[in-house]
Amino acid sequence: MANLTNLYDVSKCTACRGCQVACKDWNQLPAVIEPFKGNYQTHKDTNGDTFTIVKFMEYEDPVDGVQWNFLKYQCMHCFDPACMKVCPRQAYSKTEWGATFHDPDKCIGCQYCTYACPFEVPKYREREDKITKCTLCVDRVEAGLTPACARTCPTGALTFGPRDELLQVAEERVKFLRVNGFPNATIYGKLELGGLNKLYVLTDTPDKFDLPVNPKVSGNTVFWQDWIQPYFGWLIPLALAGSATSFITTRILANKHGAHGEGGHE
Amino acid sequence: MTNHIVDLKNTDCALIMGSNAAENHPISMRWLLKARENRGAKIIHVDPRFTRTSARSDIYCPMRSGTDIAFLGGMIKYIIDNELYHKDYVVNYTNAAFLVKEEYGFEDGLFTGYDAEKRKYDVSSWDYQVDEAGLPLKDLSLQDPRCVFQLMKKHYERYDIETVCKITGTPKNKYLEVLKTFCATGAPDKTGTIMYAMGITQHTVGSQNVRSFAMVQLLLGNMGRPGGGVNALRGENNVQGATDMALLFHIIPGYIDSPISNAANKDLLSFIRAQTPGAAKLPFTNLEEFRALVKAGFPNSGFKINTSKWVISLLKAWWGKAATLDNDFGYHYLPKRDGNKNYSHIALFEAMHRGEIDGLFVNGTNPVVGGPNANKEQEALTKLKWMVSVDLWLNETADYWTYQGWERTVKNPDVPTYTPADIQTEVFFLPAAAVYEKEGTAAQTGRWVQFRWKGADPVGESKADLWIYNELGKRIKKLYAGSTKPQDEPIVNLDWNYDDEHGHDDIMKVALELCGYNVADGTPVEGFAKLSDDGSTACGCWVYCGAMTYKDGKIIYKTQNRDNKDNSKTGLGLYSNWAWAWPMNRRIVYNRCSVQPDGMTPWPGDEERQLIRWDPTIPADPKKPEALGSWVGDDVPDFLKPTSPDKPAFTGPFIMRPELKGCLFAPKSAMKDGPFPEHYEPWESPTENIMNKQNLNPATKIWEPDKQGTTDKYPIIGTTYRVVEHWQTGALTRNLPWLAELMPDMMVELSEQLAKEKGIKNGHKVVISTTRGDIEAVACVTKRFKPFIVNGKTVHEIGLLWHYGFKGYATGDPANRLTPHIGDANTMIPEYKAWLCDIRRA
Repeated sequence: MANLTNLYDVSKCTACRGCQVACKDWNQLPAVIEPFKGNYQTHKDTNGDTFTIVKFMEYEDPVDGVQWNFLKYQCMHCFDPACMKVCPRQAYSKTEWGATFHDPDKCIGCQYCTYACPFEVPKYREREDKITKCTLCVDRVEAGLTPACARTCPTGALTFGPRDELLQVAEERVKFLRVNGFPNATIYGKLELGGLNKLYVLTDTPDKFDLPVNPKVSGNTVFWQDWIQPYFGWLIPLALAGSATSFITTRILANKHGAHGEGGHE
Repeated sequence: MTNHIVDLKNTDCALIMGSNAAENHPISMRWLLKARENRGAKIIHVDPRFTRTSARSDIYCPMRSGTDIAFLGGMIKYIIDNELYHKDYVVNYTNAAFLVKEEYGFEDGLFTGYDAEKRKYDVSSWDYQVDEAGLPLKDLSLQDPRCVFQLMKKHYERYDIETVCKITGTPKNKYLEVLKTFCATGAPDKTGTIMYAMGITQHTVGSQNVRSFAMVQLLLGNMGRPGGGVNALRGENNVQGATDMALLFHIIPGYIDSPISNAANKDLLSFIRAQTPGAAKLPFTNLEEFRALVKAGFPNSGFKINTSKWVISLLKAWWGKAATLDNDFGYHYLPKRDGNKNYSHIALFEAMHRGEIDGLFVNGTNPVVGGPNANKEQEALTKLKWMVSVDLWLNETADYWTYQGWERTVKNPDVPTYTPADIQTEVFFLPAAAVYEKEGTAAQTGRWVQFRWKGADPVGESKADLWIYNELGKRIKKLYAGSTKPQDEPIVNLDWNYDDEHGHDDIMKVALELCGYNVADGTPVEGFAKLSDDGSTACGCWVYCGAMTYKDGKIIYKTQNRDNKDNSKTGLGLYSNWAWAWPMNRRIVYNRCSVQPDGMTPWPGDEERQLIRWDPTIPADPKKPEALGSWVGDDVPDFLKPTSPDKPAFTGPFIMRPELKGCLFAPKSAMKDGPFPEHYEPWESPTENIMNKQNLNPATKIWEPDKQGTTDKYPIIGTTYRVVEHWQTGALTRNLPWLAELMPDMMVELSEQLAKEKGIKNGHKVVISTTRGDIEAVACVTKRFKPFIVNGKTVHEIGLLWHYGFKGYATGDPANRLTPHIGDANTMIPEYKAWLCDIRRA
């Protein structure tokens, strides 16, 4: 089956964040109300109850003046996902149409995936001791619907369909944008990490959108997946025990340092 | 909108000014971005601040709040000087060629006829020169020094680029880029659209700001054509409908002036004489004689020659059988307002503050957050004996009397505070059903009236507005039943029958009354051309007439039409069978302008955007095959189909004007503050007016002279706006956690330069003060706001969200505690958008 994916064209995004609300609505995620910090962005990053956010980035260029870039950010559904590689309980799987599926029943909340992910997307949900992330609306797509975010997008910045077709659309768009005021326009997700199942049309270079220019999966992850796991499976329980200890200690430390101080509020 | 939302895809260039379309009208961007994608259209955003709209525009051009007329006056001069106007269009479809009276003049910022004491103009000199028959004199060569075109040219001579940029603070190169790009749409094969919203209207010169748009679009030949128009993006989804239903005090439904208690309105015939253009001096003493004159036609009347039919059908709709020829169809039941009094929002709250008003119904509005000078307006509410709040939530106005409602973050002896014990107002709260919990129509910004079916039952005891007002009507009627007092007749005789056979309110009965019915058999009237003034038709709002039809024994309500196929042959996106647009399902008004004066030839190079044309070979009415000649096309023509070349209306696209032409010069009483827009500074301005000797619009009323802030204490310009995440006063959105999450706190946007000057860092709490009060907000220090260089001096501007109040999940101080009680000279819309303030760290 051909891969089904989202195409997100930033040149059409008005950052209305309908996608963010539609995601919360469909997945019944509670609001995580944080104080306003001087930027329109609601959260610094995705969190256990927020699978997708829109990032806001301001730049100033002596020639082009002010630029305000928006970027919808969520799980990239990599072709070869690092989260899947490191998960000790095989909670991750790829659907036949390309979504990286995370099964909460198998998840033990170890957060290896969070650290392995080049985008640090999977997030820990404390109240359930589980990892959560964008599902690419597996439940909707397999029922013949489009993902909630794409369904709600008012401007057509977010679309959903077969990846090869959307890639063609993206290439046309980039060609158009390059001669219409955006010489640095580019596609993101076509080749990165061997291909992402989320495609972006960017009006500028990826760094201007807070995206890693050349995302990499760390050597350790590859080592784990390709060498340790196949041949040294008996190490897993040991590793788990280690992770639990380290996790508890980090948590205690974090609490001591008061993780809530962020935001510059008085 | 003269055009409609989908039509934005047909444009070659969009000038978005005084609007943050991407945030406040997200769907408009869907179509505008298509224009860019498919036609290579350019998007220009002119705004004091770089917004999400600017981020999606090709050109962002900064402009100081309150200087739109300078900006657009400069554009008018640029168009004329560089001969970029669409000449054939201007000569034939506008009043450019009309000669103006010798008495008319303009000097030192004042037009002729000014009375400084009353702050009012005598408008008699703002008129055309006429021949013996009373018809305006013209010079089609546009050379006569008294013709509108030459007077306009002279008027805007002062608006050179240098002066304009000194006033607006716009960098010259940006201004030129905007002028060049937008004015290129004057070419006959190009059209450009103007999109505006409250950033244009909420000024002491708000109406003249819009007039400037109309002039630019008439000069460039952009009115009445796809991809063109002056497009007001209405602030709320049904605000168009509310205006159609006479939300405003100076009109009755269908945009007819409301009667005044003076001699000219003393009876129905006088009212009709006063309301029908060209009828003032005609010899008639009764309706029958008048009817004969209308049938024969008289000059300088336009389509409003039919006013008597609209008025009498309206009276018939309201007073039914009790409305007869003998009692002037119940005309005397209509309340008559005091012509010297203003009844708009500011005036109402001023009167309330003086203790002149006993009771208030507040429906779906929240003045404690949304009203200007909100501290004063909240205090005004304390003077009421009773107040009824109808809303989905207990909003700030419903709970204005609580302790929470009087908490102020900054102690200020000039700001009133109360406790619940001080307040004697009896407050009633009626929970209202949400839009999806009831059925009915809403008229959107493009005049499409769309029926909405109920999606869910109302929560708890909440009720639809129709239920509430139907019950109220019935109970008031019951209270007055049997009364023989003459002053009770308007209620006793009121025709109030909106119940179905089970005693429940029936929305289709309301709809039928609005759209009009034949009194004899109750069948719908097929269009306003079929309304009559003999009492045989009833119609609650003539512009809605035609939305109902009778077919195969069934009433068809066209607002329920749901055919999403585009009916236009060239893909113009008219979607004429989706919902129904007033008037007569016309999707683009003044569409006569989409074809050349001969009625047959499209504008050179623009065949695809021709909406209608004159076809001399086919009959307009199949029942009269011998009468050849008819207007045909994808859109509904803006006048009667058989209007043939021998009629003045054939080349008169602007049918609601007596002269049938687009007004570059607004004659007589059309505007209260001048026939040409002139730049005046806002009431509170950081600078002197360098365009003329008047600082403030000379015709606007000053309510609180002692509350005018000056630059010594308040050197910074303040403005207010909305963001996409919240809705108006936030009652609807701050009560929803997911939306509260998106914009959780009251914030103020300011430049890095101002922040540095004031020692403010991003995320700091700050206090903003004006003469009306103080509020606290979180600072959003941004590159998107820049200081302006105005008359050689640096001037800062800050922007505040006006969504917040003390209720809901996302709370904050209402920005309107800062805004002034002063309004536009014509409409009295408050000047929310430009005032003076100061800012400091909290």
